[in-house]
Amino acid sequence: MSKIPDELFYTEEHEYVRRTQDETIVEVGITDYAQGELGDVVYVELPSVGTSFARLDPFGTIEAVKAVSDLFSPMAGTVTEVNEALEQDPSLVNGDPYGEGWMLRFRVKNPAEFEQLMGAEEYAAHIGE
Amino acid sequence: MTPFPYQPDPTPLIFERSKPGRPGVPVPRATRGAEAYLPAELLREEPPRLPDVPEFEVVRHYVELSLKNHHVDRALYPLGSCTMKYNPKVNEDMARLPGHAGIHPLTPDEFVQGALELMYEVAEALKAIAGMDAITLQPPAGASGEMTGILLARAYHTARGNPRKVVLVPDSAHGTNPATAARADYAVRSLKSDARGQIDLAALRAALNEDVAALMLTNPSTLGRFETDVTEIAKIVHDAGALLYMDGANMNALLGRARPGGFGVDMMHFNLHKTFSTPHGGGGPGAGPVAVTAALAPYLPVPTLERDGERYRRVWDRPDSIGKVHGFDGNYGVLVRAYTYIRINGREGLARVAEGAVLNNRYLSARMADTYPLPFGPGMHESVFSGTFLREHGVKTLDVAKRLLDFGFHAPTIYFPLIVPEALMIEPTETATKDELDRFADVMLAIADEARRTPDVVTGAPHTTPVGRLDESKAARQPNLKYEWPTD
Amino acid sequence: MAYVPHSDADIQAMLETIGVTSMADLFDSIPAAQRSTAAIDVPSALPEVDVVREVTRLARRNAELVCFAGGGIYDHYAPSAVNHILLRSEWYTAYTPYQPEVAQGSLQVIYEFQTMIAELFGLDVANASMYDGPTAAAEAVVMALGVKPDRTDVVIGDSIHPHTRQVISTASGARQLVSLPFGPDGRVDLTKVGDALRGAACVVVQQPNFLGVIEDLEAIAAAAQEAGALLIVAADPVAMAILKSPGSQGADVVVGEGQGLGCAPSFGGPVVGLFAARRDYLRRMPGRLSGATVDHDGRRGFVLTLQAREQQIRREKATSNICTNQALLALAATVHLALLGRTGLRHIAERSLEGAHHAFDAITALPGYEPLVDGPFFKEFAVRTPKPARAILGHAAERGVLAGVALTRFPGFVDREALLIAVTEKRTDDEIARLVDALRTA
Repeated sequence: MSKIPDELFYTEEHEYVRRTQDETIVEVGITDYAQGELGDVVYVELPSVGTSFARLDPFGTIEAVKAVSDLFSPMAGTVTEVNEALEQDPSLVNGDPYGEGWMLRFRVKNPAEFEQLMGAEEYAAHIGE
Repeated sequence: MTPFPYQPDPTPLIFERSKPGRPGVPVPRATRGAEAYLPAELLREEPPRLPDVPEFEVVRHYVELSLKNHHVDRALYPLGSCTMKYNPKVNEDMARLPGHAGIHPLTPDEFVQGALELMYEVAEALKAIAGMDAITLQPPAGASGEMTGILLARAYHTARGNPRKVVLVPDSAHGTNPATAARADYAVRSLKSDARGQIDLAALRAALNEDVAALMLTNPSTLGRFETDVTEIAKIVHDAGALLYMDGANMNALLGRARPGGFGVDMMHFNLHKTFSTPHGGGGPGAGPVAVTAALAPYLPVPTLERDGERYRRVWDRPDSIGKVHGFDGNYGVLVRAYTYIRINGREGLARVAEGAVLNNRYLSARMADTYPLPFGPGMHESVFSGTFLREHGVKTLDVAKRLLDFGFHAPTIYFPLIVPEALMIEPTETATKDELDRFADVMLAIADEARRTPDVVTGAPHTTPVGRLDESKAARQPNLKYEWPTD
Repeated sequence: MAYVPHSDADIQAMLETIGVTSMADLFDSIPAAQRSTAAIDVPSALPEVDVVREVTRLARRNAELVCFAGGGIYDHYAPSAVNHILLRSEWYTAYTPYQPEVAQGSLQVIYEFQTMIAELFGLDVANASMYDGPTAAAEAVVMALGVKPDRTDVVIGDSIHPHTRQVISTASGARQLVSLPFGPDGRVDLTKVGDALRGAACVVVQQPNFLGVIEDLEAIAAAAQEAGALLIVAADPVAMAILKSPGSQGADVVVGEGQGLGCAPSFGGPVVGLFAARRDYLRRMPGRLSGATVDHDGRRGFVLTLQAREQQIRREKATSNICTNQALLALAATVHLALLGRTGLRHIAERSLEGAHHAFDAITALPGYEPLVDGPFFKEFAVRTPKPARAILGHAAERGVLAGVALTRFPGFVDREALLIAVTEKRTDDEIARLVDALRTA
């Protein structure tokens, strides 16, 4: 069983979204389930601050030893911060996906898009747990 | 693998054996230094750091390293889709004759008639085997052959007013197929295989339209199975104005039994390092000639080869040609080896090659199938087994592959094709005796048995190799790709 | 036949185990309409001895000439030990090191090769090799276009090998090739670089260039940096023994033809392409990479690494469609460089340089032979000829000498009646005298 925190929102592509104290800013990473399926993460390619994305646009890639996957923006928005620690230590994504392994913070363009994300229970069903 | 470790373990790098100032092999010397001929601002101040090691120690170093390799001359190397057959020794002698190895590619044609004749004969033989009208020998590898083929398709469609946008690739295809199509600036659309592991005709019809340039088909497929609908596939593709490209990786199963030109293929590449016994060299060189129908011939790379009585010449003046895919005329040394193989086998022997390859594989499959399931049935020259039944013991296909190494066999291709879970793709080739196939089958059955009784032995394998399982995550997270010389 | 091993009894037993009655049954899956009935139209089988006779006849139909031809392939000497290492089954009958535990030999050699090539070119990382120099250049252009996705121009010096230009044009997908002329000294015309490079993804030049002349890379690098374009240099690894490395002069990518490092001319293939780059481009590089790591006991070992760039994982999004490399030739280059060491490679470069200058002096003293360009050269130079170059080649060949390459055979040079002449360390004073004599009497 992988960890699926109740307070987060999820996409079908296994990204999570966390609300922050600033209502307009969210934090994005990949789920515990996703890191488990990929195996040891060796590299995360992230966009630069200021880049804008539409919902479900690819915003980067994540590489494991024998797999690679696109990362998809859960919502439309503009990147305000990138987790630079991942450049030195991509294993943070494996060790602490919901904490130190976060990837982006970005300014949400359209809060109505929260409606299109899954809750924890729904995501658990999506991955069959 | 190294029962008598004469040398330190691990083997030092050649740089770690270096002591600055020791002379290498004796070579001719100039009477004056470079500064006598060139302005100082062009010259290096320090020579590049290369190892200073005496000849005998260089030889011992590379002999010691060689002992850490598995290879075809040692034992079965059943790497599926790679056709690791025996590489006849005479091929090596022929390629090294000074009249072949020593010739310069820019020599005027009249002084290299032997080379051009040999290339012409290889071309004729491959055209006959393919049942096609024209050929280029220039692509230096299979992937390069694919690239050439797709560029030919682009030229063909462009000449007809529309280069088109999409190349169709089955989901069972080798990764080079989609990578090649993308590289030639086509969008790639993946075609789902049907329950037989073959092209789904309905899906193919639905995917075809006037934007589709070509379908890339591997036949026999990567499951080792003949695409029984191939004539229908060709018709559907042609009706849409598209071309049928065949990846000839698996020609070993078809030699003398079926001609791609006869079942509607417009262009195909050969892998001379698979089907025609030229050695794999530890990962190259190969050769990937591309045979085509007359409609595609105008676009072949330059130069093409023509015969005029007993004279042969390279022809450069071909305005519709796609250009060049290799600096010179391809891997000539590989062609000499393939030519030697073709002449020794002759028409009778080449047909026997396919028989032997299929007989060996079907026999091995029959010996293993009760234990290792074949989701799509046995293939012709290779079969794809599934290792999912081992999951309940905590054993994966990767573990089986590693355990095989302890028994002195190379592992099969694993986790490919992608449509078979926990895939084990085994290709024994025709150059294995029944006794060796029996020994291999016995070992595979014994490993399945170990997986049930003592899974730790399997998951901890290999136990007898020069190194154990290596930390690939560390290698990728902290790339260390060259030796750092100590600062003097 | 020759290489199929079974006795009739074995075949019967195998067919029984399979559950079929005849060999023909094994091909049942091929629909009858697609089965060939006629024999393959190739000659009948021959005993090995007869094939040796035939392939030897073909070898003898190639003239044995003292080689002054270059143009990318050079007649350098490979010490005997190189070939003896190559002929070990462990090297030439193995395949790509997919199972690192039984391929540590191949993987360590690749790591040593990467070290040597990065060192020669003065860059951070080198890959496991490419098909040849021109295809490596095309791969570099593909990489540059990926690094600069909003740019389409690829600037190519007219002084690079015409075949390299052709391969780039055919195989890199570059849409817009911009040409960069050379001046009377045979070097890239520096007054034209700035304009040509504006908005370009990359510029490709050769060192020494197609005419043998040594380019001013520092000036070109400065212009490339100014324009935000990548500088790609196709370099001769043997020249690196004495010339400043392109990496140290500001190149971003250095490719090259490695044939001169222990590989036979072999009519142009198999040879070995070299590819090195700055570390910034590591994850966009094409081709295999061997990396050092440890096993579970902490023992040093090597694996193919950063494979997520490659086609077997990334499929249509891969950095290249390349699958294998030219491993055996990369081994030849590695052993060759290990045998020569620091001073050996330098002696070879200096001897080639000296021989080329002696030949140049003697030939340009002949009536009607003049230098085509007047820039500094390494081991190759071009001279205008008093008669059609092809006719001179024929005359010299009758005297056992391949007197170079006629420039007229190359696109871009068809109206230049000139010979491109290369001299390696293998050429003796006596052979150079024969060349000069052949040109004099032509």
